[in-house]
Amino acid sequence: MKSEKTGAIDRDRASPMLYRPFFWIIALAVAAFAVVPLIGDNVQLRESLLLAAVYITLASNLNIMLGYAGYINFGSIVFFGLGGYISVYLVSAHAWPLAAAELAAGVAVSLLALVFGLGILRLRGAFFALATIGINQGVQAFVSNFEPWGGSAGLYLSTQIFEPLGGAMRSLWVIYFLLVAVMGLSLYLSYAIKTSKFGLGLIAIGQNEDAAVVLGVPAPLYKALAYSLSAFLPALAGGLYFFKSAFIQPSDAFDLSLSTEAMVIVMLGGRGTVTGAAVGAYLYEELRGWLLTSETFSNFQLVVSGVLLLIIVLFVPGGLMGWIYGRWPRMKQVLE
Amino acid sequence: MTALLEIDGLSKSFGGLRAVNQLSFTVREREILGLIGPNGAGKSTVFNLINGVFAPDQGWVKFAGADLTGKPPYRVARHGLARTHQIVQPLTDLTVLENCTVGACFGRENLPLARARAVAREVAVFVGLEDRLATPAAQLTIAGKKRLELARALAAQPLLLLLDEVLAGLNPTEIERMLTVIRSIRQRGVAILIIEHLMQAIMGLSDRIVVLNSGQKLAEGTPAEIANNAAVIEAYLGDPALAEKLHGGAAA
Repeated sequence: MKSEKTGAIDRDRASPMLYRPFFWIIALAVAAFAVVPLIGDNVQLRESLLLAAVYITLASNLNIMLGYAGYINFGSIVFFGLGGYISVYLVSAHAWPLAAAELAAGVAVSLLALVFGLGILRLRGAFFALATIGINQGVQAFVSNFEPWGGSAGLYLSTQIFEPLGGAMRSLWVIYFLLVAVMGLSLYLSYAIKTSKFGLGLIAIGQNEDAAVVLGVPAPLYKALAYSLSAFLPALAGGLYFFKSAFIQPSDAFDLSLSTEAMVIVMLGGRGTVTGAAVGAYLYEELRGWLLTSETFSNFQLVVSGVLLLIIVLFVPGGLMGWIYGRWPRMKQVLE
Repeated sequence: MTALLEIDGLSKSFGGLRAVNQLSFTVREREILGLIGPNGAGKSTVFNLINGVFAPDQGWVKFAGADLTGKPPYRVARHGLARTHQIVQPLTDLTVLENCTVGACFGRENLPLARARAVAREVAVFVGLEDRLATPAAQLTIAGKKRLELARALAAQPLLLLLDEVLAGLNPTEIERMLTVIRSIRQRGVAILIIEHLMQAIMGLSDRIVVLNSGQKLAEGTPAEIANNAAVIEAYLGDPALAEKLHGGAAA
């Protein structure tokens, strides 16, 4: 796609992924996630990193709507929860292999998001945000009364389910590696969208939707696609997460506080930046772990995230990466 | 010359107010058509009806052989009809080059990203923003933002450009530079429909002028005819002495 007329910046932008530093930064991070807990079979570190991988997946995908297109999705957790329910149900009731159940969950949730998206994306601003909460609460209410999925009691998996993966102990590692892979895919998806024409259109919508539409950006289609795409990987993550727990119930699957945490992470790391969602998620997970184990703060984790969100919105609206790129613009060339 | 844009019997009401009433006119290929009228005459509404921001209550919009009546703005843009806004609408955090790239990507040619960047760079240089390519749009001066509006619309490689008061708020030097740019756009074969309050500028620039008053067409003709039209002088220019002066300016 290189044109003779393009200058230095353009050539850099048009270069294949393999030549871009960011590709290798992601690859390195994924490799570190995969290898470090293996050293000395550190199960405690693995559990902590597993949660970080889930946070990074949720935040990166939320960032596609929130950071790029500028639409506040308060109910993003519905993708995670539905993905969990569909794959746990397919595995337990229909004895599907995990891979098939995961794929089915991802596709089904994305299609559902496309349908929801075409409906609620006519709304803007606060009304859209409210509608996303409504969808999450509506789905939760439906699932709580849906007998095939166990209603409000939820679904359990028998331990035999882990046999095909080599027993309970080994399967925990397998699920962890799969989640790290989903995390890596989330980062690449964020990055691929950001550097594409589709991403430029989304960012234009986020900046000024009316102007973008006049410039020719097909906003209704782009927003619905972004909403649907941002559902796929969280659905996979939900499937893996609840498969690992061997238990799923509505109040865990559709927990709005996890949605809120994902928003805090995106704002903390830097709205609209690929690196920010990842760094923010990791920092937040560490902070959360510390708060939960500290005697003083153990019940105040959400209070802290609320205060954190306030401070960021008021004083550092660009988040961590936004602040860094503001001080050292060159970093943006390397990290985005 | 053949007609590029035809609007026929266009009407639009907001509540009880008839903003545009049974309006018809055409823009020919490679023509500069001026659209003038007092404040509130419905000029910007006409633009919004043409490019699909509003759907008309009655009438139709035909452009380059296609019926654009009531089509959303992003479809209209794809047909080769680009516009600027009276109140500038920059994509604030994006750079000048990125702003123009959006125009090129989603315009008439529907270009892929790399080729769109090349076009964007070319039009940004063309309107005189070559020193500001990497500047975020928010940091431009008002004259710079007006240029960016123009560059972004041009990046779409349109057949027709709708310019909504691109001269408003500029100083005389900036106006002169902007007029030069507008004339060279026409040299490229792009037709222009322009709203402008600056009489001297629009009289000198336009091939023909349509005068709008209370949403209706009051007069249509060459700048000289408009400056001599009694109804226009009474309803719009008000001052016969000013009209005389403008007539002199247009003839010169």
